Amino acid sequence: MNAARSLGLRAGLLSALLLLVLLAVWHVATLSSAPVAAAAPALTPEQIEYAKLMGKDPAATGAPTAKSGFPTLAQMGSTIAKHLSQPFYDNGPNDKGIALQLGYSLARVGLGYLLAALVAIPLGFVIGMSPLVYRALDPFIQVLKPISPLAWMPLALYTIKDSSISGIFVIFICSVWPMLINTAFGVASVRREWLNVARTLEVTPLRRAFEVILPAAAPTILTGMRISMGIAWLVIVAAEMLVGGTGIGYFVWNEWNNLSLPNVLFAILTIGVVGMLLDLMFAKLQKAVTYVD
Amino acid sequence: MRTDNRFDPYDADRPLMMRCACGQHASAEEHRGAEAAVAELKRRSETAEFEAYSNDFIEASLVKALFPHDAMRRRFLRAVGKGTAMAAIGSVLPVASLQAMAQEKGALEKRDLKIGFIPITCATPLIMAHPLGFYSKQGLDVQVVKTAGWALIRDKMLNKEYDATHFLSPMPLAISLGVGSNPTPMNVATIQNTNGQAITLHVRHKDKRDPKDWKGFKFAVPFEYSMHNFLLRYYVAEAGLDPDRDIQIRVVPPPEMVANLRAGNIDGYLGPDPFNQRAVFEEVGFIHLLTKDLWNGHPCCAFGTSTEFIQKNPNTFAALYRAVLTSAAMAREARNRELIAKVIAPQAYLNQPETVLTQVLTGKFADGLGNVKNVPDRADFDPIPWQSMAVWMLTQMKRWGYVKGEVNYKQIAEKVFLLTDAKKQMKALDMKVPDGAYPKITVMGKVFDPEKADAYVNGFAIKRTPNA
Repeated sequence: MNAARSLGLRAGLLSALLLLVLLAVWHVATLSSAPVAAAAPALTPEQIEYAKLMGKDPAATGAPTAKSGFPTLAQMGSTIAKHLSQPFYDNGPNDKGIALQLGYSLARVGLGYLLAALVAIPLGFVIGMSPLVYRALDPFIQVLKPISPLAWMPLALYTIKDSSISGIFVIFICSVWPMLINTAFGVASVRREWLNVARTLEVTPLRRAFEVILPAAAPTILTGMRISMGIAWLVIVAAEMLVGGTGIGYFVWNEWNNLSLPNVLFAILTIGVVGMLLDLMFAKLQKAVTYVD
Repeated sequence: MRTDNRFDPYDADRPLMMRCACGQHASAEEHRGAEAAVAELKRRSETAEFEAYSNDFIEASLVKALFPHDAMRRRFLRAVGKGTAMAAIGSVLPVASLQAMAQEKGALEKRDLKIGFIPITCATPLIMAHPLGFYSKQGLDVQVVKTAGWALIRDKMLNKEYDATHFLSPMPLAISLGVGSNPTPMNVATIQNTNGQAITLHVRHKDKRDPKDWKGFKFAVPFEYSMHNFLLRYYVAEAGLDPDRDIQIRVVPPPEMVANLRAGNIDGYLGPDPFNQRAVFEEVGFIHLLTKDLWNGHPCCAFGTSTEFIQKNPNTFAALYRAVLTSAAMAREARNRELIAKVIAPQAYLNQPETVLTQVLTGKFADGLGNVKNVPDRADFDPIPWQSMAVWMLTQMKRWGYVKGEVNYKQIAEKVFLLTDAKKQMKALDMKVPDGAYPKITVMGKVFDPEKADAYVNGFAIKRTPNA
């Protein structure tokens, strides 16, 4: 117990140390690009005007006009503070706070994922219980599984004729496979003895499915769901960058237009943190259904 | 006590704002600057002088579109008399419904509209009509929605997610013809902007100013069916390079061009502004030439919608048309340009540094080679959709094999570039109507006669079409 705690503590310390080193490297690497107040050489009026048009006013002191470049730690910090201090502002369809954007993305992911679960888990059950169906469907699954969300998008837009539903469809189609395969695998590998016992006791098929197979396969199913959630969260950013409008992916795209690296970095961090939280949620769920033989 | 504290925390009469209230701007001053620009432009747009000007502008644009040759206009007026001519022109779309619109606003078939745009300066009239309230003045509740790319604009128009949109002017031709999509009739109501593009090259090519040296270069254009693609092809072909074999032309959405140029993925692009100026601002590229120098007054983007939308919502369309034309009237005035740059710079619209937009719109710009250039007509906003422009685009589509077989240039041009409605109705009123809006065009010193489109296509040495 004590050993475990001290291990946790040491790991935490090491993480903090790594973070510090990372930040220090960042700081040192961006130091040179920070504005250096050099004595302005004598410039002709044309040169001064040119410099002004280039956003480098030689006469002005203080903060130079924002140019795209790798941000310093201080710039990054103020970007993060700026976004977090106003997460819910809404300036019409093209400019919303980060929390609203995340809300749109999460709603899309949630909907697409839920649909995928509704299809994949029952279908996975059927596939897992019947080797014939498994073999028949396997080629389709193998072909469809590796297709990238970006490849689905044009087809979805063309056939569904609605960009937000297309986004949800792409989440659906990309997150359905791991759930399907894992469910099928989990169901197929339920121990023979347990099924035999159920058969000897003349348990109805429905009861057998819910009381024997489901609990036995639950850990595997949840593993599939966890992988799928990770994929769904990966997919949404790509899909929204393509479709635009709202969401964290659109935010990244919009800031890329502006070549604003601090904002892009901020979005990357946010995507990472939200993805981690989603994964943690599933880790908790998974723990709840795990059993020991 | 210091008196120059920027934030004035001790002033009891002022709110303490560390940043602007809307969160759009870095400082309260910047916020006030943008608000002041909107207010000033609004004020200018509400003066009786501007209203008279914009009414005249709209009417003159329509009459000019009907009579491309001034001699013809005068002959016509002499033949039928001023009153009859005004009545006839006034009785047809859009003047009549436009003027009706000003009075009875209840007649709108649809109020809530979604209009798509790509964040480039070509969309200026369409965007600024929103903050300046030109749409709401016509009784419309318009959302202008930023869109990630031209293919998406096409799809969202075909899906009817957008009611009207910012198009590349050849797109409605392509969509109506069914090249690159299912054939769906589209219309160009106005040209959004003329000129306003440039060829930008990577800074490492500073010494390669002759296109003959560009063998093996990789270029980007925003879309296949774009003036950018046609002009770039035209330009390199005039220099003796085959655009399909000697260089590579890729489709890259405008906002991604600068990032690709910096990464060295492409050697240059013929793209829309502000991305040419942005490349200069970022010190990754320089402006090789303005497309104005290839064809002065060439169209680039257009404002349009589907034929179906116009037929179903004629009054709404007229209202929209008037809002955009008012905007164009305002954007044409050079004195408004600096303020316009301020208005369209925020995140909700173009999301670009204001100085970049100012340089594009005022035409006083750094070219990336150390020179300050002054070209006031670098970008202009002449709304007339001359059908000869459409015919020229079709000749280039034919030249490069985007359309195959016989092309009935004029028929398509008149179907898509909306000037014919007026003419059709004038014919119905038994009036002698001029033949078409086909002023001649000069591209790189060569005169294009829309009457001899096929001969023009066949006259090029480098092309994809076999000689007829």
